[in-house]
Amino acid sequence: MDKFRMIFQFLQSNQESFMNGICGIMALASAQMYSAFDFNCPCLPRYNLAYGLGILLVPPFILFLLGFVLNNNVSMLAEEWRRPRGRRGKDPAVLRYMFCSMAQRAMIAPVVWVSVTLLDGKCITCAFCTSVPVETLGNASHPGFSQGEMKRVLARIPCKEIYDGQELIANEVAVRYLRCISQALGWGFVLLMTTLAFLVRSLRPCFTQAVFLKSRYWSHYIDIERKMFDETCAEHARSFARVCIQQFFEGMSTDLATARCHPPRKTPADAGEAIEKLLGITDQSTMNSALKSWHRCKPPLHLQQPALPSSNGWAGEEHPPAHSPVPRREVAAYYSRV
Amino acid sequence: MDRFRMIFQYFQSNSESVMNGICGLLALASVKIYSCFDFSCPCLPWYNMAYGLGIMFIPPVTFFFCGLILNRQSLVMLEEWSRPQGSRKKDPAVIRYMCSSITQRAMVAPIVWIIVTLLDGKCLICAFSGSVDPEKFVGFANASSVQVQQLLAKVPCKDDELMRNNTSRKAVSRYLRCWSQALGWSILLILIVAAFLARWLRPCFNQVTLLQARHWSNYIDIEQKIFEETCCEHSRQFAHKCILHFFESMRQEIKLHSFRLPREGEGAEREEDALRGITNQDQVNKLLKMWYYEKPPLNVSQVTHR
Repeated sequence: MDKFRMIFQFLQSNQESFMNGICGIMALASAQMYSAFDFNCPCLPRYNLAYGLGILLVPPFILFLLGFVLNNNVSMLAEEWRRPRGRRGKDPAVLRYMFCSMAQRAMIAPVVWVSVTLLDGKCITCAFCTSVPVETLGNASHPGFSQGEMKRVLARIPCKEIYDGQELIANEVAVRYLRCISQALGWGFVLLMTTLAFLVRSLRPCFTQAVFLKSRYWSHYIDIERKMFDETCAEHARSFARVCIQQFFEGMSTDLATARCHPPRKTPADAGEAIEKLLGITDQSTMNSALKSWHRCKPPLHLQQPALPSSNGWAGEEHPPAHSPVPRREVAAYYSRV
Repeated sequence: MDRFRMIFQYFQSNSESVMNGICGLLALASVKIYSCFDFSCPCLPWYNMAYGLGIMFIPPVTFFFCGLILNRQSLVMLEEWSRPQGSRKKDPAVIRYMCSSITQRAMVAPIVWIIVTLLDGKCLICAFSGSVDPEKFVGFANASSVQVQQLLAKVPCKDDELMRNNTSRKAVSRYLRCWSQALGWSILLILIVAAFLARWLRPCFNQVTLLQARHWSNYIDIEQKIFEETCCEHSRQFAHKCILHFFESMRQEIKLHSFRLPREGEGAEREEDALRGITNQDQVNKLLKMWYYEKPPLNVSQVTHR
């Protein structure tokens, strides 16, 4: 337990490294997904462009949204944004910081997908094979091909088995050309993204360092406060449940004693822990009735004050006393049959 | 657990080893990316040179920027450089030391890429196959200049139909690869000799300044880390007090609105503390509603003064 607490504390204190870990995993997952994906170019004139650009652009969008979904802090951001002002002011710089850091992390997996796709070359080859410059690479003056025919022939470039335009333009020449363009675009994209990231990271300390430190502190604070509140509520719920159930069993054993017409038996001081834990229920039929009562008629969510008789004990809240006699009557009725 | 804590503390105290680790990882990543990368020369006259030189120089620039971004010390250095003087003087020697150590580490991955590229040879063959002197090679000697350019441009593509059985292609390929590998090994040798000399001769110049600069740059790094940890610890304590204060104020409100008779019993008090006076569903709902609609102000001074 200690081990888990220490790991949890480490992750909590170093929350950024946890989020970095998730974002690295998503980047690897996106590269793996691409290599597992079975790319199948349709080799038809208009479908090629739609398919190629779709595979290039739709999965990154999905990965971007997934990056937001998997980030626990999204609900925190939404809550902080929508909460009423109350007695605590709202700082837009904190909201901006939270959103920016989430968006930056969510961008990594899509960028990896787009880079890997461009560097691999299949998508661009599929999408733009009908726009290959036939005049420079092949013999455009080859007779017998109208515009539409030529497009149809060129569209089959990615599918080597059915390509029949070898006289028009050699398949390998066209594929090499398209792949070269694709790889150039890929490396250019990677360079652009890296330069942007570098600029964003290095210009920030020069301009807004004080605001940045403030926003970072308060965004961590909001996160820690929310977690602590959840922990406190969980502890409270545990105690509430414990007391509620204890009162339920005590109520059962009091009813039992009333039904059998003798006073509730006080366990002698040296009876031992085990007998105390039985809570006055010591035979099968009693246990069965306790279980049935728990199922049919759960106690109200209202803890009674233990030192007072129940008729006086309300803490002044809205629960009317009329509810409580009902379970008793049920139990008494059961026992009178026996 | 102890081992984990010791490793963590070791890394914290010795940030230089963390940075060396990152720089080694980037170098390995660059070799791996080169071997995974599917190099395909376009085999067309102008495109060859652009592609070959592009693959040789653009990824190193990317790796250099990555090396700067992933290195935490670069942020620390920029902060130290751009901070207002305040009551602590700024030492340019420290900033220079940090800058040079960051740059040296960031240069490792690009240099590894360039050397691996040269030793492999494909890039140079692709880029310079069109610039070879055709007179030296039998197969290309007696063709018109335009044709020669086209043929030479196709040399890197072994499977091209024109080049498949051409023996001069292999000759050109071997010639260019020989140049490429010679260049690669010489660059490696020059760099290693330069590093060796720099390390050996450094103690002869300014050793004291160097020791001071290294100490203070380490200090600035550690100070930054400890500040961040202290802020985290502080915000945890702040949150704890704020929430306790909130529960207390709810308990006060409930006491005001209800007539509670004095209670007895030792055993009940422990549970009572955990329940904090909130003992039924409506009170819990009210507490949660207050938490959303009216978060408590960020001010725990009255709690600490009680």
